[in-house]
Amino acid sequence: MTLHAITVLGHDRPGIIAGTTARLAGLGLNLEDSSMTLLRGHFAMTLVCSGAADEAAIATALAPLGEDGTLTVTVREVPAEQPATSDGSPWVLTVHGGDRTGIVSTVVGEVASAGGNITDLTTRLAGDLYLLVAELDLPAGTDVDVLQASIGQVAADLGVVATLRPAEADDL
Amino acid sequence: MSDDRVTAWSEDELGVSGRVLPVVRAPEPVLATVGEDVDPTSTETVQLAADLVATMRVSPGCVGLAAPQVGVSARVFCVDVSQHPKARTHHGTFVLCNAEVVESSRNEKAREGCMSVPDLTGDVKRASRLVVRGQLPGTGESVTVTTDAFEARALQHEIDHCSGLLFLDRVAGAHAVYARTTYL
Repeated sequence: MTLHAITVLGHDRPGIIAGTTARLAGLGLNLEDSSMTLLRGHFAMTLVCSGAADEAAIATALAPLGEDGTLTVTVREVPAEQPATSDGSPWVLTVHGGDRTGIVSTVVGEVASAGGNITDLTTRLAGDLYLLVAELDLPAGTDVDVLQASIGQVAADLGVVATLRPAEADDL
Repeated sequence: MSDDRVTAWSEDELGVSGRVLPVVRAPEPVLATVGEDVDPTSTETVQLAADLVATMRVSPGCVGLAAPQVGVSARVFCVDVSQHPKARTHHGTFVLCNAEVVESSRNEKAREGCMSVPDLTGDVKRASRLVVRGQLPGTGESVTVTTDAFEARALQHEIDHCSGLLFLDRVAGAHAVYARTTYL
C-alpha cells in the first residue's frame, strides 16, 4: 500500500473532479485528503490517495485528462506523514490592503522567524485589494505580543493591515 | 419561570448515580441517526440523564453531551456552560428531553469542536439568541429556556446531535474545516 500525491491544474470545466476520481477509483485507489479551488479561474486540485497502483499506472490512467492540453496532471509517490500534533496554539492571521509585491513573503517571514508553522493559506487579489488569510500554529512559549508587534510593524511599512487572533475551537 | 426552574435543577433530583459511558466517534452510525422521542419520566431516561451528566463531568472541557454520543439514539442531552468564559446567560447543569428550538435569531459564526469528531474543528453559523422548549427528566415538566451566546450555541449543537446532525453538517464552506493540532 503506497501513497501518491496527485495534482491537476489548468482550465476549469465541469467534470474534472468526476473524471479524475472515477479513474482513481478504477485503480482501486482510496482518496484520503484533498483540496480543490479556483485560482484566478484556474482549476487547482491536490489530492493524496492510497492503494496498490504504482506511479506509472496512475499516470497512465489519468493521461486522458491532459490530452487536450488544457490540464496538467502530475503524480508522485509520497511517504506517509504522521499527523501533526503540537503543544502550541492555533491562530488566524489576516492581512489586507492595497496590492503590492512582497506582502506575503514579508509577513509570513515574521511568522517563520517566530517558529510559527502555517497549516492553511489563502490569498486573493480582488481589484486592488489584496487579502491573505492563514492558519498557523505558534509554538508553546511564543511571545504573541512581540510577534503581533513585529507583524504590525512590517504590515505598516507595506501599507497593509494585519490581525492575529486565536483560532481555538470551542468544544461542545 | 421556566428559566428559574431549569437553573434550580440539578442531577441530584434524578435520584440515581450516573455511570461514565464511552463516547462514540464519527463515523459511528448512531451519530447520523435521528434520535427517538423519549418518555422523560421513564427509569431508562432518568438513568440516561444521570449517565450523560456523569460522562460530561469527567470529560475535559466538555460543556454538553447528547445521548447519541454515548451510543443511544434518543432525544436527550445535558449541558453545563457555567464555567465557560464565552457564556453570558447560563442555567448551570441541566438535561432536556425531546427539546426543540422555538425561536432563534442573530446568527454568529464561531469555530466548534466535538468529542465525537476529535480530529477536526469547523466554522459554524448559529443563532446567538435562542428559545428552546423541552422536558426535564424525572418529573417530565415542560420547560422553556431563553438564552444567548455560548449556551445558545451549545444547545443548538446538542439538539443537532439528537437529530443525527454533526457540526460537520453545518460548516460554513469547503475551507471551513480544520485539522485539530492541539487537544485538551
